[in-house]
Amino acid sequence: MTDTLTAPADTSPDGAAPPVSSAGAGWRTLRRRPAFLLTGAGVLLLLLVAAAPGLFAGWFGHGDPTVCDLTHSARGPSAGHPFGYDVQGCDLYANVVHGARASLGVGFLATAASLAVALVLGCLAGMAGRIVDSVVARLTDVFLGFPFLLGAIVVLNTLPTRDIPTVAAVLALFGWPTMTRVVRASVRSVREADYVVMARSLGAGPWDIVRRHVLPNALTPALVLATITVGGVIVAEASLTFLGVGLQSPSISWGLQLAGAQNSFRTHPHLLVFPGLFLSFTVFVLITFGDTVRDALDPRGR
Amino acid sequence: MTTTTGGTPAEPQPLLEAEDLTVDLLSGTPGAPRSRRVVRGVSFTLHEGETLALIGESGSGKSLSAMALMGLLPATTAEVGGSVRHRGTDLLALHPDALRARRGKHIAMIFQDALSALNPTLTVGFQIAEVIRAHEQVGRREARARAVELMARVRIPDPARRYRDYPHQFSGGMRQRIMIASALALSPDVLIADEPTTALDVTVQAQIMELLAELRESTGSALLLITHDLGLAATAADRVAIMYAGHIVEQAPVEDLYDRPAHPYTEGLLAALPRLEGPPDDLTPIPGTPPAPGPLPPGCSFRPRCPAARDSCATRQPALLPAPPARLVACHYPLEASSAR
Amino acid sequence: MTYLVRRLLEALLVFFGISLVIYAMTYVLPGDPVAALAGDRPLAPSVVRALREQHHLDDPLFVQYGHYLAGLFQGDLGTDFSGRPVADQMADRWPVTIKLALTAWVIEAVVGIGLGVLAALRRGTWTDRTVLAFTIGATSVPVFVLAYTAQMVLGVKFGLFPVAGTTEGWPAGYVLPALCVAAFGLASVSRLVRAEVIDNLRADYVRTAVAKGLTRRRVVGVHVLRNSLIPAVTFLAVDLGYLLGGTVIIEGVFNLPGIGQLLFQAVRGHAGPTVVGVSTALILIFLAASVLVDLLNSLLDPRIRHD
Repeated sequence: MTDTLTAPADTSPDGAAPPVSSAGAGWRTLRRRPAFLLTGAGVLLLLLVAAAPGLFAGWFGHGDPTVCDLTHSARGPSAGHPFGYDVQGCDLYANVVHGARASLGVGFLATAASLAVALVLGCLAGMAGRIVDSVVARLTDVFLGFPFLLGAIVVLNTLPTRDIPTVAAVLALFGWPTMTRVVRASVRSVREADYVVMARSLGAGPWDIVRRHVLPNALTPALVLATITVGGVIVAEASLTFLGVGLQSPSISWGLQLAGAQNSFRTHPHLLVFPGLFLSFTVFVLITFGDTVRDALDPRGR
Repeated sequence: MTTTTGGTPAEPQPLLEAEDLTVDLLSGTPGAPRSRRVVRGVSFTLHEGETLALIGESGSGKSLSAMALMGLLPATTAEVGGSVRHRGTDLLALHPDALRARRGKHIAMIFQDALSALNPTLTVGFQIAEVIRAHEQVGRREARARAVELMARVRIPDPARRYRDYPHQFSGGMRQRIMIASALALSPDVLIADEPTTALDVTVQAQIMELLAELRESTGSALLLITHDLGLAATAADRVAIMYAGHIVEQAPVEDLYDRPAHPYTEGLLAALPRLEGPPDDLTPIPGTPPAPGPLPPGCSFRPRCPAARDSCATRQPALLPAPPARLVACHYPLEASSAR
Repeated sequence: MTYLVRRLLEALLVFFGISLVIYAMTYVLPGDPVAALAGDRPLAPSVVRALREQHHLDDPLFVQYGHYLAGLFQGDLGTDFSGRPVADQMADRWPVTIKLALTAWVIEAVVGIGLGVLAALRRGTWTDRTVLAFTIGATSVPVFVLAYTAQMVLGVKFGLFPVAGTTEGWPAGYVLPALCVAAFGLASVSRLVRAEVIDNLRADYVRTAVAKGLTRRRVVGVHVLRNSLIPAVTFLAVDLGYLLGGTVIIEGVFNLPGIGQLLFQAVRGHAGPTVVGVSTALILIFLAASVLVDLLNSLLDPRIRHD
């Protein structure tokens, strides 16, 4: 028996709550947090813009990002065109609004793919014995050996056409290892937990254990990591596109817009400011959203 | 609230004297602070060279009392009231630097779990030597030599070599010896041991307590032993104080307390102790649970669980009063000396 | 020592894995490797034959890979279209990139750790909140947006820093680009250190240190910082590799003639072999850095060594 009061920092009576209930408790505290509601609303708004850019693009002018007039090239903001025109003479506001789809599309697709791979490989590595575990571990090591950006450059460089799914797939190729490690670690800790040992001694099969105990516990940390990852993936996509190995011209993307702005931004700063602002805002919303979720769900952070 | 001072009048100045010590744990946000009282006015004295055991269940406030009198509770999480006089100086009113100068040198502490109480990234030798260097102007080499000597005194085999080892390379008992070596390094007057053997095997427990007793003989340190283990206290302590819900409810020399408990709670604790003689299922648990921290209802805090409670127990809180010859008890209806055990 | 050996073996395994992935990506997988190497350019049949010859494309696959590996061990990173070895092109560019990356790294370490410790020790105050706001900002703005903005505001508008190029030399020409490279990692370091310091301040051994009568300076400096810096050192060392990646964009934007600019221009100019060669070199450096980090870490944290 230990004196529960010996830890002076632990002033909450539920500080030692088991990890299983902390997810539920975390969601409950989340719903009452203004930071979560605010950033959550931001994420919903971004998703809406990405899903239906037409709803927002036409607020000021014609709203069609592909209707361009070269005589307006790089003109500043004017009536009906609050953000001005890009180098091609297209309405910048309509383009910026339509750019959300590419960024969020790549961000969520790549993250979802990484998460799916991580859950499968992580559970496999955690549950299926030493050999599978070390194979997965070495594979993770290899892909973690690539600096994210450089690895993506090498692979994307060899692909002739690059649209949202392919870029997302390449980013997922270098994104799954971190998540797999997290899943594997939580699978292993659950596997050794007393209640799982007891379930096993009562005759539960491995599939029962994965479904009933392992997955629910491994999912929370993986989801938290995934939430935080989305913002980073979007930055990576924009950087790669900016470099010239990401999305290509028919796609409308903030990375492309910024790449197009780089030669003329000193004379026409609006070309840099608006896509840059939208991109940064999107990343900001996703990162703070991820942070609030993690703070609530990660017992270590509380 | 109890406002009695303990101690016998014959002693002019006790070594350590806690008076009306209170601890409030703070929680909540800066805008809406909340505080819960967990130590509710504890007073006791500790004399040169003696051992006082502070006994209580989890949450009785015994560990927090010990940390409060060392000034170890961070101001952001706990508020400490009352006074703790060490050789007449109130530690709680001291300038932080002056208090720091006494910690480790005059008052030292041993913690329960040596694995987490020792820094995992520093060698054990360094961690013993640093207490010497914190209080005395000695060079690295001399501090090292003294640390090795201390390791030998707590019977760590091959101390000169093991000086460079890290806590995780030692067994639980050996780690606790390291803790003892660093606590007794400067021969403090007061040693506070917070559950020093709880994390150890029974056989190792006995060795550690023996070692502690032997070393205290040479340093002359008084011991404040914080424990939940009545058996341990019986063998190690001169006097015993029983804590319940943040109060001391009874305090007496060790034989008196074990032979003739005066407080119903003490009696309950003793009745819940397994004994070799007598039928094996003769254990009587105390019904109910201790009250939660925070405001208590009026009256005696043990009343809901007390077999001898009467009406007046619900309205008046009993003060800790002397019960001659050498006992203090906080009960309106203390048990007679002819009690059960 | 066994730890050292095990770590080196692991690194070797990762090296083989990485080289295999890169090799597969560039020479085997997507259709005709020569066409992939060529990118958009049409090639004469004689050039195609020469390229097939040069890359041993008519040999069996594992022999091809063997040739590639053997070349890699000799520092052969391939040649560009004009026949110049990529390694030679990189040779005189290293100093610029090393100066930039190290400057950024020092900024990241010093400012990041400093801000993290400051925020942790003043937890909940305005200092803490300001640092938090700053780190969230630095994480949200992509590095090239930051670079352009910094160029525009600090360089063009206020004239505080040279806008581009290395004519000013070190440090003047490097400070602004290095700040941009460091921004993201700096934010991560400070958040990591803050969390670690707050965690460690509550640790039992810190309470022991206080009970020993150590001064606050020693408690924080010796006990808290040492333990808090272990993850920060790991992060910083791994991040040195990412900084090299960051220099690609920054050297391109600031027009610094380093390795990053070479890669930047190669990507823009669809010079496939150069892209692969330079990336491979940077990835290998990253691998070497991460091995070094682990060894450094085992010095800081004895639990790893005696595992």
